[in-house]
Amino acid sequence: MSAKFSNGQSPVDFDHRYMGPLYNDDHRAWRATLRKFVEAEMMPHVDEWEEAGEFPRELYKKAAEIGLLGLGYPEEYGGTPVDDPMYSIVTAEELARLGAGGVNASLMVHGIGLPPVLAIGSAALKARVAPQVLAGEKIHALGITEPSGGSDVANLKTRATRDGDGYIVNGSKIFITGGMRADYYTVAVRTGGPGPKGISLLLLERDMPGFTRTPLKKQGWWSSDTAALYFDDVRVPKENLIGEENNGFIGIMLNFNKERIGLAASAVAFARVCFEDALAWARDRETFGKRLADHQVIRHKFAEMARQIAATQAYLEQCVVRVKEGETPVADLSLLKVQATLTMEFCAREAMQIMGGAGYMRGCRVERIYREVRVNAIGGGSEEIMRDLAARQLGI
Amino acid sequence: MKVLVPVKRVVDYNVKIRVKSDQTGVDLANVKMSMNPFDEIAIEEAVRLKEAGKATEVVAVSIGVAQSTETIRTALAMGADRGILVKSDETVEPLNVAKILKGIVEAEKPDLVILGKQAIDDDSNQTGQMLAALLGWAQGTFASKIEFDGDKILLTREIDGGLQTLKLNMPTIVTADLRLNEPRYASLPNIMKAKKKPIDEKTPADYGVDVKARLEVLKVTEPPQRQAGIKVESVEQLVSKLKEAGVIG
Repeated sequence: MSAKFSNGQSPVDFDHRYMGPLYNDDHRAWRATLRKFVEAEMMPHVDEWEEAGEFPRELYKKAAEIGLLGLGYPEEYGGTPVDDPMYSIVTAEELARLGAGGVNASLMVHGIGLPPVLAIGSAALKARVAPQVLAGEKIHALGITEPSGGSDVANLKTRATRDGDGYIVNGSKIFITGGMRADYYTVAVRTGGPGPKGISLLLLERDMPGFTRTPLKKQGWWSSDTAALYFDDVRVPKENLIGEENNGFIGIMLNFNKERIGLAASAVAFARVCFEDALAWARDRETFGKRLADHQVIRHKFAEMARQIAATQAYLEQCVVRVKEGETPVADLSLLKVQATLTMEFCAREAMQIMGGAGYMRGCRVERIYREVRVNAIGGGSEEIMRDLAARQLGI
Repeated sequence: MKVLVPVKRVVDYNVKIRVKSDQTGVDLANVKMSMNPFDEIAIEEAVRLKEAGKATEVVAVSIGVAQSTETIRTALAMGADRGILVKSDETVEPLNVAKILKGIVEAEKPDLVILGKQAIDDDSNQTGQMLAALLGWAQGTFASKIEFDGDKILLTREIDGGLQTLKLNMPTIVTADLRLNEPRYASLPNIMKAKKKPIDEKTPADYGVDVKARLEVLKVTEPPQRQAGIKVESVEQLVSKLKEAGVIG
């Protein structure tokens, strides 16, 4: 095997592909910065944050200082533009090492809230919102899903009616990541008739009268402030319309393909964390007079995890190469997400079986990841919706 | 004031070191490498001097294989202005490093050289001291604080039983200890900017130095495995066990 592909360590460990052909010096430098940042600023506190149900707001500013929040955004708003999906992959992998997806979900929530503003919003709106968000001073969430329907975005019911120089918004949103603490919310509302052509995007702001929120408790992602949002005659000025009226659907859809490749990279990285922690445990623990790792039934579990992780990683990198070349392989990005979350599900299960009682205890990365399997397999497009989208794209 | 900071590419502190099976050294093949942590502290101090308006230029130099460029880029991303790579595929021992650095000092004429007190790979802790001797400059080793007093440096060192403060004439050699500062992260925008900063490439021969090793490594082995301890039930048992071991009379 060429040394270019391997550093001689375990085939699934985080540094294995460190020297791989897709990674250049800049990716490695960025990975090194993130590795240090996660280990110094996040890992020592993550158990406490999970139990407390939130992390300090200060973390947004720290993440902005190292360039994490500005990754991929224009320089004029304080971002660092990079036209290379490998940075997102490296970022997803290193953040996943924390083994607490809820921290990442809320910390990086602007990654779903801000892009519609930048893609279709007015120059004034961009200039007002983006610099504060990328500096970590303001939090920007996205409100699409409603109690009446999740993936069926085209049929959402929250209504905005014209009222003089603005809109009056009534309705509600649910499962909103970062929803309790956000300052800005990109919210999908119905301004026109039924279907996708009647949807607009509005920027709602935290202190607008009639806008309230309640926290939601979840199976996993405890550090993430997930909320239900309620709009009761909320008056929104016309300047807060993102893009043109009734043209919001495209702004929502632009997000998804980019989001999915990042979600897939996270899921396979979580699988790798499960592998690593279970391996460290199995090498250390002795049962029936030998290391746990020396029992054939355990060894085969590791081989099977490694097989699935390696296959998923190969699929991920193949998709990355195509995206780098300007393609948007929708069917493959959808199936990649399914593949990655199934790998995560399998590895979380097997790692916990290997670790036994120790893996079931809180404060253990595998225990948390096990509880976060479903949010990965459902959020950002459920497995069922992903397969359906792929089937349609493939013309089946 | 110009500041020169040597930075060394070493095995990352998180990597589990493996000894080569032929016992000639540590396995470096495809192992993750990073900047020596003490050198990060040295770079951070130099960059802070620049930010405080005391230094005008920070030059990072690395001696080693071609990939040491990556280490220099990290220094540039932290805020150094330019780099010098002295390329050598040989292991360069501390005295030879000091001789090469002497050549660079004579060419660059810095007012201050800040080095890490030691590198975490061989833990020699010699280069700064040797460089000071070769140049005939003042030296302040194991610095935990650097201040300026007119044209002199007030340097605090942590020693047994307290702190010692030295007043040093410039130009001077400083070696950085762990508590001098907390190095910043190389941020993404600065990683990008660092790509545009210049790195000169040199060889040891450019400074008239022959890097041939003067020391011969006979054998490198793993540290001995520590024997498992036992738990004693009582003070009496502890005393008798200690007597058995011949630790007490």
